Amino acid sequence: MSIEKTSAICEDHNSLPESSCDISPVTYKEITEAGRSVGSSFKTATILLGLVLTGGIAAWINQLINGLGETGMQNSVSWGIYITNFVFFIGISHAGTLISAILRISNAEWRRPITRAAEAITVLALIFGGIQIVFDLGKPERLFNVLISGRLGSPMVWDVICVVVYLMSCIFFLLLPLIPDMAHMKKQKGISERMNRIYSKLSFNWTGSKEQKHQLEKAIGFMAILIIPIAISVHTVVSWIFGMTIRPMWHSSIFGPYFVTGAIFSGIAVMIIALAWIRKTYSLEKFLKTVHFDNLSRLLLIMSALWFYFTFAEYLTAGYGSLPEELAVFNSKLSGEFSFLFWSMIVLMTIAFILLLLRKRNVIKSSVIASLLIVIGMWLERFTIIIPTLTRTAEEGYKAGIYYPTMTESMITAGSLAGFILFFMLFTRYFPVISMWEMSEAKTALNIRNKVMESYLPDSPESELTEKSIEV
Amino acid sequence: MFDKEKTGRESYVTRRELLKTGGSAVAAIVAGNAVLRRTDAENSSESVVFGIAIDLQKCYGCNSCSVSCKSENNVPLGNFRSWVSQYNKGTYPSVKRHFIPRMCNHCENPPCVKVCPTGASFKREDGIVLVDKNVCIGCRYCMSACPYGMRSFMWKKDKSGDQPYPSRIFGVVDKCDLCYHRIDSDITPSCVNACPANARIFGNLNDKESEVSRFKAIHPVSTLMPDSGTKPRIFYSGLDHEAAHVSVNAGARMSPVESDSDSGGE
Repeated sequence: MSIEKTSAICEDHNSLPESSCDISPVTYKEITEAGRSVGSSFKTATILLGLVLTGGIAAWINQLINGLGETGMQNSVSWGIYITNFVFFIGISHAGTLISAILRISNAEWRRPITRAAEAITVLALIFGGIQIVFDLGKPERLFNVLISGRLGSPMVWDVICVVVYLMSCIFFLLLPLIPDMAHMKKQKGISERMNRIYSKLSFNWTGSKEQKHQLEKAIGFMAILIIPIAISVHTVVSWIFGMTIRPMWHSSIFGPYFVTGAIFSGIAVMIIALAWIRKTYSLEKFLKTVHFDNLSRLLLIMSALWFYFTFAEYLTAGYGSLPEELAVFNSKLSGEFSFLFWSMIVLMTIAFILLLLRKRNVIKSSVIASLLIVIGMWLERFTIIIPTLTRTAEEGYKAGIYYPTMTESMITAGSLAGFILFFMLFTRYFPVISMWEMSEAKTALNIRNKVMESYLPDSPESELTEKSIEV
Repeated sequence: MFDKEKTGRESYVTRRELLKTGGSAVAAIVAGNAVLRRTDAENSSESVVFGIAIDLQKCYGCNSCSVSCKSENNVPLGNFRSWVSQYNKGTYPSVKRHFIPRMCNHCENPPCVKVCPTGASFKREDGIVLVDKNVCIGCRYCMSACPYGMRSFMWKKDKSGDQPYPSRIFGVVDKCDLCYHRIDSDITPSCVNACPANARIFGNLNDKESEVSRFKAIHPVSTLMPDSGTKPRIFYSGLDHEAAHVSVNAGARMSPVESDSDSGGE
C-alpha cells in the first residue's frame, strides 16, 4: 500500500526531477569518482601502512615459531595487550553498525551520508579484533577445538558465538545497502575489468524495480532491528569474560553496561575521525557538512558523560567498600604503578569532554581532536581494567608481576592498527563511501516527513502516511 | 507427505524434518550438557576424593616439595607447580616467619574449570583438577580465573618441540595434577613423599578412617580464601590469617623467580 502512495507522491511532486526515486548519477559524480582522484599522499600512506602491516605479520610469524615466550606476558600477568586490543577493537566495531542501525530506526535523516563508512568500520574492526585472540593463543592451530569440544559454560565460548554472529550480520548489513550502489557503479565508464566484475557480483542482479526496492528496504529494516541486540550482546559478553571470574575489580556487575558504553563511545570517536578524513581526502564537503560532525559530537558528548558516570560509580564502589584485595588493585591504579596510565586516561577524557562542550568555534577540528584523545583514552581504559587485576600488588614490600609489552607485541599491535586503517582506506578507494541511493531518497523522504509532521498539528486532518512510508 | 511427481520438490519434506530433528538434537545436547555437568558423585561416602592436609607447625620451608615436584613432573625452567611462600610478621624481638606451602587447591568448586572454553580443564571423579594438554588451546583464561594464581603457562618453546605427556607440551597451561600418575599406582604424591618433616598428610577425604580425615578431625584446619566459595581440598593447620592473606593476594603472584640465564634468579 505504502509503495503506491509514496510513488504517487513522487510522481506528483513536480519540483523533483523524474529520477528522484531512483539513483541520480549526475548529482553524485563526486562520490562515484571519489576514489579515482586520490593524491600521492594517499599512495604514500598506503605504502607506509603496508610496511607496518608486514612488520606485524613478520612479528607474528616469529611468535608462532618461538612461542608466546616472545611476549612480555608471564605466569602472574597472563594476559597482555592482545586482550586489550581485542576489547578495544570489538568496542570500535560498535560504532558503526549500532549507530547506523539506531539512526535508521529512529529515522534520523542526517544519517544518510555516514552509514556506509560506519558499517565498513564495523566489519573491519571486528575482523581485526577477533584476530587478536588468535595472536593470544598458545596453540592457535587448535582454535577449532572451541567448536569441536566447546563448553557452553565458558564465557569465552559465549564470546566466540556472539562475535561470529555479529560479524556475519554486520557483513550482511554492509552488503545490503551496497547493492543499488554497486549496480550504479558497474555502469560507470573507466572502471577496470576486475572491479567491474566485483561490482556486478555485489549488485546481485539489481534492476531498481519497485519490488526489489521494497524488499531491500524491508531487509534493511529487519537487519537494523536485529543487529542492535546482537551488538549489545557482543560487548556485554566481552565484559563477562572478566566479570564472571572472582578476581578483584573484575567481578563487577556493572561491567556489561560499562563496556557497552565505552564501546559506543570509542566507536563514535573513530567514526568522527574517519568521516573527517573522508571529507578531506575525497573533497566531499558537500555531503559531510558541519552539522553531521555537530550531531555526532552531541552523541559523543552524551556517551562521554555516561562513561564518566560509569567510571565514577565503578571506582567509588571499589574504593569506598575497600575490600582488602580490591583495594590493592584500586591503589595500584590510583597511586601505584598504573597511576600514570590511569590518570592519563582521566585527563585525556576530561580534555575531550571540554573540547566537545566548547566545539562551537570550529566543530570539525575540535571534534576530531577530541575523538583522537578519546580513542587513546579508551585503549588506556581497557588496559587499566585488564592488567592491574592480574598483577595486583598487595602489602608493602611485595612486588608482584609487572608487565611490559615486548617488541613482538608492539609490532603486532601496530600491524593490526595499520591493517585496520589500510583496509578502510582501500574500501573507501574502491567503493562509494557515501550511500548514493539513500542520499537520493532524502528529498522524497523529506517530502513525506513534512506531510506526516503536518498531520500532527491539531487542525490538520489525519494523514494516511506515517513515518514508515518513507521506506519506499 | 507430498507426492514427488506432483510437487517436483523432492527435498521439501526431508529438509523440514532435518531442521526439526537437528533443532531438537541441538536443544537436547544443550540441556543434557547443562544437566550432566551438575551431577556430582563426589559427596557420597563410597566415592574417593583426595586431599592433603599440611601441618604448618612442622613445615620449616626447606622447599623439598618444590624440588621433588619439579623433578617428578619435568616442569620447565621458570615454572613452578608448587612452592613455599614466606611471610615475616612483626618486628624484632617479637617476630615470626611463616611458611605456607602452596599448590593447586584442587577446589571442589574450581573457578578455572568453570571458564575453560574447550573442557581441557576438568575435574576427575576423585576431585583432582587436571588439564588435558592435547585439547588446551592456550587461551590462559583459567590462569586469569584462578584466584590463587596456581597455574602456569608453557611460555618458551623447546628446541626439541612438543614431547608427549608427562613431558612438556608448549603453548598450553600447566598445573599441579596431584601426581595423579602416582596416585593411580597407589603411591602418594611426590611432594608428600619428599617432605622431610612429614608435614603433608595425603589421603581420601571421604574415608573417615584415613589419616588425613583423622588429622582434620583433631586439628583446627583452614583453607586459603575460605570465603570465596571455591572449597579447597588442601587444608592447613596453624594457618596465620595475615600470612595467608599476603600469600594469596601478593604471594600468589609471587611464585619463585627462576631465570634461565646464568645471572641466576631472585
